Amino acid sequence: MTVPKRIELVCPAGTLPALKTAIDHGADCVYLGFRNETNARNFGGLNFDAKAAAEGVGYAHARGRRVLVALNTYAQPGAFERWTRALDLAADLGVDAVILADPGLMRYAVERHPDLRLHLSVQGSATTYEAINFYVRHFAIKRAVLPRVLSLAQVEHVVGRAQTEIEVFGFGSLCVMVEGRCALSSYTTGEGPNTVGVCSPARAVRWQDTGDGLEVRLNDVLIDRYATGDKAGYPTLCKGRYVVRDDTYYAIEEPTSLNTLELLPELLRMGVAAVKIEGRQRSPAYVAAVTRIWRAAIDACMQAPSRFAVRDAWMGELASLSEGRQTTLGAYHRPWR
Amino acid sequence: MPPAAHPAFVLPPFVRAVTSRLPAFPAAVAGALTLSLVAPRIVGRDALAPLEGRSFRIFVRDAATSVAFRIAPGRFEPLRPGCEVDVTFSANAADFLRLATRRADPDTLFFDRRLLIEGDTETGLQLKNMLDAVELPRWLTGA
Repeated sequence: MTVPKRIELVCPAGTLPALKTAIDHGADCVYLGFRNETNARNFGGLNFDAKAAAEGVGYAHARGRRVLVALNTYAQPGAFERWTRALDLAADLGVDAVILADPGLMRYAVERHPDLRLHLSVQGSATTYEAINFYVRHFAIKRAVLPRVLSLAQVEHVVGRAQTEIEVFGFGSLCVMVEGRCALSSYTTGEGPNTVGVCSPARAVRWQDTGDGLEVRLNDVLIDRYATGDKAGYPTLCKGRYVVRDDTYYAIEEPTSLNTLELLPELLRMGVAAVKIEGRQRSPAYVAAVTRIWRAAIDACMQAPSRFAVRDAWMGELASLSEGRQTTLGAYHRPWR
Repeated sequence: MPPAAHPAFVLPPFVRAVTSRLPAFPAAVAGALTLSLVAPRIVGRDALAPLEGRSFRIFVRDAATSVAFRIAPGRFEPLRPGCEVDVTFSANAADFLRLATRRADPDTLFFDRRLLIEGDTETGLQLKNMLDAVELPRWLTGA
């Protein structure tokens, strides 16, 4: 692909106030989901009904911004119409693209809504340019979102050979990064992100302040106990602490957040089309702060990439909003290929 | 503003000494009246409907006092102290105020152990998301 002149900022919107906040603070695009299991942030009270989505699309378009709809879970047996109805609704609303993972839904989209722009979701787990070009060939996708497992050198390799735009994650909570294939939470709850659109269904989560600390259980399984002063994390199985051979520690993954602000000049040079901010489950206050900082950083970087320097104030504010004790560059900084 | 940029404001101990001895029920009645007047108009009755019959407690840690409500059709009912509730939110007064005015992000306060949701997490999350979905007047958020 040719090198884009700019990097788009793609921000999360779990609610209409979050969407408007993202637009007001400089998001080029917002992404949202509907109120059911057709998206991977299926939480009670979160997301958009048709009326709120229509207002959001109107608000964004009136200001020259775009709206993407995440339909990034996998259609379940006997319920395909739930996913196709959601896709029809997105098309009727006049959204600018849908973010899909399920090839069956892509086929439906291509046949019924040939003018609708398709993005390949991170849930599609396409980590190679061959996999991405497969989706280009069969479904004419216009953008692929890369899973958060590639090093910077690998991202560059993919950008140079993929026949479509590439979007990468810039900021937000990290997980074990087997997007689209993770069934860990199903081990305790029987439900997972790909089937019902949520890692830890809220009804299975219990927090309890005990004399020994704050205990968190997932379907009655103790997954962590926070001592006074410990930072808490999202109540997912992958971020729990477990006893392994007499040692209690984050046996699967330590809660951390991705922050790639310092990589912006590199991403711009490589020709990455867009940077995505994680967090549709977060409040408008989070969306406001993160969008404002990333807008300022991207503008500064596009103006003079060689002179771009990350400001301490940006990093401090982003760290204060993050899950876990630290922010990391994730896989991007890994030397291996 | 990042939470780290503010020294955490905590009510002085003498306030706690007074408020913890005050009868909580009148506060719950006053709170319920205010919520009943304001919430259905701002939130919309439809948004409250899925939460009807659910009860919650707001525990203000630094005041050592709490108020409890039940969501009824179009209004909030005050509950007597000690009543069983579905979910309890605990935080300091200043953090509750910052949440109410959208100056703080609840997940951030939760990571920092400044906000706790105990009991029925699903009801708590639904209530939180419902409040996030409300378009607050700008004079309240300072936006």
